[in-house]
Amino acid sequence: MELPEDLRAFDIPNDAGGSIGLSWRVSPSDAPDVDYIVYISISENGPWQEAARLTSTTSYKSDAPGLFGFRKKQGGFHFIVIEPRKVWPDADNEKNKGAICYFKLAMAKGAADIIELDQVVSARAKGNWFDLSKLNNLVIMIVFSTLVLFFISHARRHPGMFLRKISGLDAVDEALGRATEMGKPVLFVHGLTSIGSISTLAAINILSRIATRVAEYDTILKVVNNDPIVLTISQEVVKESYLEAGRPDAYNQDNVVMVASEQFPYVVAVSGIMTRERTAANFFIGFFYAEALLLAETGAATGAIQVAATDSYTQLPFFITTCDYTLMGEELYAASAYLAREPMLLGSLRAQDIGKAIIIVALFFGTVLSSFGINFVTHLFVGF
Amino acid sequence: MPFLRRTVPLAICFVMGIMTAFQYFVPHQLSRDFLELMTRWDKIIAGFAVFIGAYSLFHLHYSRIRFKVAGWGYSIFVFIGAIVTLGFGLYNGGDGFWVDKNEGTMFDWIYIYVQVPAGATIFSILAFFMASAAYRTFRARTVESALLLVAAIIVMLGRVPIGALISEHLPTAADWIMGVPNLAAKRGILLGVSLGAIATSIKIIFGIERQYLGGGD
Repeated sequence: MELPEDLRAFDIPNDAGGSIGLSWRVSPSDAPDVDYIVYISISENGPWQEAARLTSTTSYKSDAPGLFGFRKKQGGFHFIVIEPRKVWPDADNEKNKGAICYFKLAMAKGAADIIELDQVVSARAKGNWFDLSKLNNLVIMIVFSTLVLFFISHARRHPGMFLRKISGLDAVDEALGRATEMGKPVLFVHGLTSIGSISTLAAINILSRIATRVAEYDTILKVVNNDPIVLTISQEVVKESYLEAGRPDAYNQDNVVMVASEQFPYVVAVSGIMTRERTAANFFIGFFYAEALLLAETGAATGAIQVAATDSYTQLPFFITTCDYTLMGEELYAASAYLAREPMLLGSLRAQDIGKAIIIVALFFGTVLSSFGINFVTHLFVGF
Repeated sequence: MPFLRRTVPLAICFVMGIMTAFQYFVPHQLSRDFLELMTRWDKIIAGFAVFIGAYSLFHLHYSRIRFKVAGWGYSIFVFIGAIVTLGFGLYNGGDGFWVDKNEGTMFDWIYIYVQVPAGATIFSILAFFMASAAYRTFRARTVESALLLVAAIIVMLGRVPIGALISEHLPTAADWIMGVPNLAAKRGILLGVSLGAIATSIKIIFGIERQYLGGGD
């Protein structure tokens, strides 16, 4: 067997510390029945302990583009990650506290034929302060954030910005007007996600706008949810909206309630409210799961006008089939700004449209270049 | 007190929002410890918030019973269910609530033989609701609904054994519909959602969108 060359040990970048990488050039003797054995020690002179064993036809640098990029020549090197903590699991062991680790490499064919490389390499695992493999994400985030802030500032200076029509949001007034005429309540149904979800925050922003209009129309608004924190915030938001509309007396805390914490009890409770109280307008806003169709179909059966807004693409077909108007995906996030018509908020919608245009251009050029074997643009958007 | 009601929450939101966003890019152990600390705080707050939720639920049903509103009888079952479950939970198979939860107690029995089947029953209704929703939607009145009808028939037949018996091309066509036009639309929606979520996050972090605090400006 011909032993490999260029054995190197190095700290794995972009991690919290605790991992050391080893790389070596492929050997002409690499074969499916030949293994590499990596030995580890805390001292240059041993004692040595087996840290990893791999088949010699596997595990290349090219398998880890997040660390080494996409260059084809990376396929000429083997690469393995060793976590000393897993070799010495005792957490109090001094060996685990950032000590220098020493490594040896051997080739094995069967149990008896083992040849060791006459070279010892060492490295120390360190924590890193920036994950370079996520640099593309950071750049995209900064560019898009700058766009949003720029257009918000622009919209403040130039009010009257044109905004494309979103029929689902124009229907909000229609639904509230119908409920007022019928003298029946309006039902606002939150999705199942907690306050940590951005779609729930978007739903609360929409709830605030709807609550203000409901208070102005002197109609009853019922808000249901399944999370105590969302409940508390919804109560506060509705209360403040009634106050803003000059109708604090119309606010009733029992109309903003947590009806159940589990998915299907929630469905039963909300369906019960819809069928018993014959709500005139139902709003399903937020992130929904399997309960989407159960709720919306029950609402459709009661004859209520229904508006849904969700970023849960798996539930969109159900809302589209059962609701009068459905806000799809990003429209959920645009709704608050659209309903408010505040220039500062509208600016962000323009930034979203510009962002989409940039993505479409990147997709177009990425697809064309990839078709000719040039993957530069594609690699720019790879996430690790 | 606009300072306590507005300025302090907005400042907390700004600082924590920025720190959490950049935490994603910092792999260092300190960064991970920060995220773990925040997650622990979240759990603690959620734990206390359960009492608010329980109060809201019981107050609502107490009011329903007290004022005899339509369907008030069902509210009694909320209290019966809560008292029985809480009672068996605290009883803990005879060992009391001051020791770790025992397995196989009546508390578990209520969950396995009452709550799970009841949930499964509601879930099973979904099949019938799907059929009724599909019937309404698939009436070919317009070009779009006719297209939807044709695509639905191909996908439904392509996903069941009888589809392959009718034509060997049906499963391939179903896979193409799901893998090309359907996936393209799904990814388009996801891209829009991601941009919308980032824009909303920025507005919340910088205090431009503050409706979640209640009221306007």
